This record gives sequence, C-alpha cells and structure tokens, in this order.
Amino acid sequence: MSFEIPVKIGLEIHVQITALKTKLFCATKADYRSEEPNTLLCPTCLGLPGALPKVNKKAIEYAIMVAKALNCRIAPKLIFCRKHYFYPDMVKNYQISQYDGPGSTPIASNGFVRIIVDGKPKIVRIRRINLEEDPGRIHYPTGSLLTSKYSLVDYNRSGIALLEIVTEPDIESPREARIFLEKLIAILEYLGVTDTRLEGAFRVDANISVADQARVEIKNIGSIKDVERALTYEILRQKSIIQKGGTVSRETRHWDSSSKVTVPLRIKEFEEDYRYFPDPDLPPITISKEWIEEIEKRMPELPDARIERFVKQYGLDEYRAQVLVLNKWLADLFEEAAKEYNNYKSLADWLITDFLRWVKEFNVDPSRVKATPKHIVKLLKLLDEGLISVRMAKELMPKIVLEGVDVESFVKQHGFSKLSDESELRRVVEEVFREYPRAVEDARRNPKAINFLVGAVMKKTKGRADPQLTIRIIRELLQSQQ
Amino acid sequence: MSHKYISTPAYQLVEEFRSDPQKIHDYVDAIYDRIERVEPKVRAYITIRSRDEVHKDVDMLIKSGNYEGPLFGILVAVKDNISTRGIRTTCASKMLENYVPPYDATVIRRLKSAGAIVLGKTNMDEFAMGSTTETSAFYPTRNPWDLSRVPGGSSGGSAAALVAGEATLALGSDTGGSIRNPAAFTATFGLKPTYGLVSRYGLIAYASSMDQIGPLARNTRDLALLLSVIAGYDEHDATSLPVVVPNFVKLLDEYVHREQRLRIAIVKELFERSDISVQSVAGKALDRLCSIHECDEIELRYTKHIVAAYYIIAMAEASSNLARYDGIRYGLKVEVENRSWIDVYTEVRTRGFGYEVKKRIALGAFVLSAGYRDMYYIKALRFRRMLKEMFNEIFKRFDLVASPTMPILPPKLGELVADPIKMYLADINTVIANLIGIPAISVPVGFYNGLPVGLQFMAPPLAEDKLLYVSQQLEDMLKLRDLIAEVS
Ligand SMILES: [Zn+2]
Repeated sequence: MSFEIPVKIGLEIHVQITALKTKLFCATKADYRSEEPNTLLCPTCLGLPGALPKVNKKAIEYAIMVAKALNCRIAPKLIFCRKHYFYPDMVKNYQISQYDGPGSTPIASNGFVRIIVDGKPKIVRIRRINLEEDPGRIHYPTGSLLTSKYSLVDYNRSGIALLEIVTEPDIESPREARIFLEKLIAILEYLGVTDTRLEGAFRVDANISVADQARVEIKNIGSIKDVERALTYEILRQKSIIQKGGTVSRETRHWDSSSKVTVPLRIKEFEEDYRYFPDPDLPPITISKEWIEEIEKRMPELPDARIERFVKQYGLDEYRAQVLVLNKWLADLFEEAAKEYNNYKSLADWLITDFLRWVKEFNVDPSRVKATPKHIVKLLKLLDEGLISVRMAKELMPKIVLEGVDVESFVKQHGFSKLSDESELRRVVEEVFREYPRAVEDARRNPKAINFLVGAVMKKTKGRADPQLTIRIIRELLQSQQ
Repeated sequence: MSHKYISTPAYQLVEEFRSDPQKIHDYVDAIYDRIERVEPKVRAYITIRSRDEVHKDVDMLIKSGNYEGPLFGILVAVKDNISTRGIRTTCASKMLENYVPPYDATVIRRLKSAGAIVLGKTNMDEFAMGSTTETSAFYPTRNPWDLSRVPGGSSGGSAAALVAGEATLALGSDTGGSIRNPAAFTATFGLKPTYGLVSRYGLIAYASSMDQIGPLARNTRDLALLLSVIAGYDEHDATSLPVVVPNFVKLLDEYVHREQRLRIAIVKELFERSDISVQSVAGKALDRLCSIHECDEIELRYTKHIVAAYYIIAMAEASSNLARYDGIRYGLKVEVENRSWIDVYTEVRTRGFGYEVKKRIALGAFVLSAGYRDMYYIKALRFRRMLKEMFNEIFKRFDLVASPTMPILPPKLGELVADPIKMYLADINTVIANLIGIPAISVPVGFYNGLPVGLQFMAPPLAEDKLLYVSQQLEDMLKLRDLIAEVS
C-alpha cells in the first residue's frame, strides 16, 4: 500500500497480582474465584466505618519486580492516593491508587518493552505503573444493565491487588498490540506475579486514534485475541468515518465480545475530577536502593535474557527462540528434553509446529498437557532410528499431547511401526502394479509419474511404508518387468 | 455532691474491687441509679446498655479471675464514633442510626482486656463536626453545670456524662479540640495524645490526619491510667507510632516527686483574644503555676491563618472519608428497585446527613477539585508545615505552651450554631495541636459565674508525661478534682 493512515494505540492493562495470598490492604484471602459471593470480607475490604488499610508488603515487592522487568524508573517513595468516584462496586467510593501529579507519583514510570514485529525490533514505552485495589463486581440478574430491576454486588474481589500498566501510544497496529501483550504476559508469567489465564486477572483498556483524530477509549477487553479484534474493528469504523469526510468524536466505547463490535458507552465531554489527594491513612513508604537490589536478586531469568541464551546455547535462530520462550511452559519442556536429545533445531521445530499446534487446536491449558519431555524425546528418537515415519510421528502427536501415550508401547501394540520388511513391501508393490497397469506404463515412460505408485503403496499400508525402500522396490520392479 | 461510687476516682475503685469484686455490682447500680435521675435532663448518651447486661458482664469479669486489669470493673462511657462490636455506633447521624459494627475498635479491645466495661455510647456532634454537640441528629446534650448551656463538643456527651456522674471514665476523639473543648466547658480533664500514639482503628474517620482518640476523666491520675491502657502501637493502623508506651501513672509519680522545673511559653495573643472572663480565671491559675515554673510570653505569628488551614484540611479529608456512606452495604436504607444508583445515593445522602455535615462535605470537595486544589488544599498543607516548624523552634526553648483551652465560656444552646464564623474561630487555640500532631491537655482551673474555665497546655510529640505533670500540679493547687455537677 502506498498510503497508510497513521494509527496510534496506547494500552492500559490491569493485571491482578494473583500470586498474593491476601488482599492489598487487609489479611483477607485473595483467591476469590471459587467462593460464594460476599464471603471473603473483613471490615477493611468492605469499607466499614473506622476500618483502616494496611499495606501488603509482598504486593509492593511484586510491583517493584514488574517495574524492573519493564525497565522502569522506580519512585523513591510509594505514596498512595485516593481517587474519588461514586460507583456501587467501590466500597469507600474512592480507590486507593497512585497519581501522577503534585504530592504523589506512580510507583514506577518511564519504562519500555522490546518486541519484534516482522523480524524488526521495536520499543513500546511504558508510561507508568500503579499499584491499586480492585473494586468489587456488579452482577445484573438479566445480564444487562438496561433490563435489570436491580443489580447485585459481590465484594469478594474488593481490595485485590492490581497493577495498572500504561503504555505510551507507540503501538501502530492491532497485530503489534497482540505481539506486545504476548510479550508482557510472558514477562509477568516469568516473574510469577500473575496467572493471566484466570478469569478477570487480565483486563485491557485501549486508546486509539486514527489519522490524528480524536482519541477513542475502548473499555474492559478481556483477552489478547479480543484486543486485536476490538482494535481492528475500531480502526475500520474510524477509517470509514474519515473516508466519508466525517470526524471521529472523543468517546468511550465498550467492547461487546459476543457480537464482536464496539458500542458507545458515554461521550467524554470533560475529564472526570477524581479529587486526588494523598491517603492520610497510609504514610509514604520509602523504597530504598537496598530493597530494590534485594528484590532483583530474587528475580528469575526474564524472557529477553532467555531468548538470548537459547540462541547461544542451543544455536536456535531468534524466531524459534522467541516462540519457545514466550510460551514459558514450552520453553521449560524444550530445555528438559534438550538434556537427552541434542538435535535442538529439530526438537524446537517439532515443539513449535506440531506440539504447540495441537495444544492450541484443542485449547488445552498448558498445565493439563500430558506429554512429558521424555515422551517427546522417545518420539524423536524412534523417528531418527527410522522406526516410524514423519507422517506417523505427526499423527501420534495429538495422542501424546492429550493422553500422554507412551510412544514405544503404542507403536508396538497398534502395529504402528514403519513397514521396512523388504519382502512384505515387495508383495504390496506387486499388488499395486497389478491394480494400476496404466500407471505402471506411465511410470516407465516418465520417471516423475512414479509418485502415483508410491502414493498408492502408502495408501495401502496406511502410511507405514518406508518411502525410501518403496521407491527402490518400485524402480527395481519397473526395470525387471521391462 | 459526693456519693459513694459516683465521684470516686477509678484508681481507688480498682483497688477496692480487687479486694472485694462483688462491690462492682453495687457500683454498677449506683451509676445506673444516677443515670436514671440525671440523664433525662443531660442527655449525655445515645445508647445506654441495659443494667442487666452490664451486671452479666461484671459476673463474667469476676469469673475470668483477671483482677489485675488496670481498669478492673470500671464503667467507661465511649463516644459514639468508636466502633463497638454488637453495640450500635451512630456517629450521632441518621446515616448510621441502626448501624451495629461487627468488630471492636482497637481501643475497645484494650479497654476490655484491662477489665473495663463499656457502659454506653455518648452523644456528639454529627460525625464529630461541631463544637457544641448540637449538630447531633438526635438531640443536643446539656451542660450539667447549667442546663441552658452546651457542654462543648464534639465529645460533649462523654464530658457531660463524667461531670454528671454517669460514668467514671470516658473516651472521646479530638480532631480540632473535640476532647479539650468539652473538658474545658465541663471542668473535666481531657487529653489529646500525640498523633499515632493511640490506634485509630475502629474510630469512624472525620479528618484522618488529625483524628486521635483520647481520655477524659475527673482527675489527672485517672486520665493517666486510661491513657496508659489505650495507647500503644497497633498493626492495624499504619499511622500508629511504633513506640513503647510508658506507664503514665508511674511517670506521673516520678515527676511529682522530682518537682522538675519546666519552661512554659504563654501565647500572649491567644490570651488577649479570649473573653475577659476566661482571661481572668485562666490568668490567675497560670500565675500560680508560674511561681514554681519558668514562664515567658511568646508571640505567635500568622494566627489568623490557623483556623482557615485547619478547616480546609479537615473538610477535604471529611469529604473523602464520608464518601462511603451510600446506604448500599450498611447505613440508611431506601427503596432501590427500578432506580438508578445515582438516585439511590442522592436520596440516602440527602436524608442521612445533617446540614453541618453536608456543608463540610461540599466545601471539602470544592477545595480538592481541579483548579482550586492548589489555591486552598495545597496552600493549607504548606501552612501546616510552616506551623510545625514554628513550633519546633518554640519547643527548643520551652517544654510547654500554655493558652486558654477555649476563648469563651460555655455558650447557651443555639448561640454558636447561629454564628458559624464565631464557632469556627473559637477553635483557634485547640486546632494547632491537631494540625501539627502534638499532644495537648485541658485542665480545669476555675469557674466564672458558675461556668467552668479550662487551661490548655501543648507539648512536643510524645511528651504526654509533662502535660500530666502540670495537670497534677494544678489539680493539687486548685483542688478542682472529682467534681460532679448537681444537675438541677
Ligand atoms: Zn479484607
């Protein structure tokens, strides 16, 4: 395309720190997902009169870890602020957060994340990170705000530690947004901060402006796939307005994941006045260099470092290294298998193309994948020894992924091993020759036509025939019968 | 007036009860008899626990065998903004008229483990916003010395209960003078501790950066006793000071024994701004104190900004602290079906809050709003820092700073609420301690036409011991201790 309309996307990502056992400002249990509504409550997270917040120090440490991993500058003092707005899911009608303004500062700012788009490196800048409390959840009995006579609120989520990560508008396409988020999630997963697969643990708001027109905000998108879809939809919508000569108005829209469109939420005519001020219940907390250093020592290897190591240690190219590393469980599996199998490139290819494909196809949670590194190594060794064909290996893969079948015994039980017995194979070839005399004629005149006969043999043996041997026998027979 | 048990100091009662615990029952009956007689006139309480219930508590206490509690068997009146598990805690507001906390404030837990018994919850200005106990949504409390006058506020119920003989000790809270003001107006002793010395956990917030729970008593020793029980680090309050709290009663004895000479600063302007009546009574008492200590007059600059800064900060924090009252989880309930939540909130807050509370929320929201924040709130914070530095300088040269507690005598009901500017300005002497987090005490020093006058002392952070020391000296000199008003 010769003319591209510029697109600017900024993301605001809310990530629950699911690694914490308790909420951000009280000792109430944090894992609310399997609990009855309104059972995980105490005076503080219910906002009872007189109750006071007490900071969960571990939450600060996780926030510092994330800040470090995203290359941020960490504030020397953590100052909690109150952000005021009335809403039924807010127990105090203010949220304890941070604020980028006089008297306060986010816990971290000015960071960046490296991504690779179409083989080219790119930087997405992180504007700031806030550590704040999650509100409760509103439930509409009919499923919709408009048709419900009343709404119900579950405050179990109230007070869960939340990180708000805000990027600069550096992202230029929905695909880039996806690549960035995949990288971000991988980093969070490596740090062990959050399990983003948990429902509601990962929410995104996206700001998008097309052709330097007004900024539109899309609220509460629940998955990476939906971020990509919502942005694609929104770009199309805005482009068509612009092409018709209209102007995009500044507004907040809601992503409807079932009908896959964005719908207007409310026109943003003015900045809401949150009346920020430092929370007098929470004195500033000093974040010393020593504390940061101590936390850094406990930090695990991060994706960028691991990619670099995979390239050096296993001789993989950057693309393969990245695909593995960004799927942490797959990279872990790779490294385990690599201890017993040294054709690293082949191992990586099998994992990336076949293994990962099946996991995604069946939508298996990686923690439920049955295959162990040993399974993979066995399969590849059988393949190398010529005992099974590539096609068989490919067919076996889903059984390994889903059921964790032992390749060796399975092959023995089901006669699944490669047909490499020459006399047996010769009989099959002779049969094929009798059935397809025309094809035999063709093959005699044109050596390329031999492929049809090979295919027929394969079909008859259900793919078990050793291809090399089959070709040799066919050639011999063609010559001897001339 | 003196009647067995009614005016007896807590420290004496505890000794008596330890040797014969059954006497606690007689004491409870004496207090309840007194309440039945005077309470209809004074109206110090919002909630009084039933006599039977309290007797049962006494049985349990005796059975527990814990006779060594420093407040063994003592009946304490608690201001109705301090959360008490199972006892309604209203903040004198329609908003919380039927709110029963499911938990005890830290100070209540401490009282209970010291062997004290909560007798009831005392009247106050709604959400502690007021200086007369007249903004209570239920009824005003009367001054037991003169029933046509206010007992001060906002802890007016606690002070009135003490001087009417309806409790032996009382807890109040002090955000801008709310303990010291009623102490001065009722001839009781009231102390606002150093910010962070007493846990705020369970205290229903008005202005979090200045709120402190503190003791009220009819003599200095009881005041020290109660302070020792409630003070101390609490992990539930992030602003709680991690200090080891001394036994203030022992410290008091040591001071009195040593007869240490203190340097006392007298704030000239705060005396001169006071009514002549107050000046004469307070001045005379101070003269006697200055005969044994070293006194010197000082000038305080920027006094006219003090009250403004205080109210800006207090109202800003109040607007935030009171946002949670929306009737959804607790508090005033209204019809919700087929209504938007904004409608519901509006009705709850319109009906639930009184005029003074609404005014302070509105002004507080205003001073925090974009465009006005820097002009008011930020400026007030800057002044607060400056004031703190000024006092740091003063405390390099002096141990204590003296002034009248209140510049006026207890006014008639309706007199101050009709003139809000006068009411706010009357807080000038007391708000300083809250703005800068230092401790302060009000000591009864005399009467003018039958109306009490109090003297205030401020001290550097954590110098409560010195405050108690001068209080004890004045008490010994003036013999204004264990006073009970006739109530007629
Ligand atoms: Zn909680």
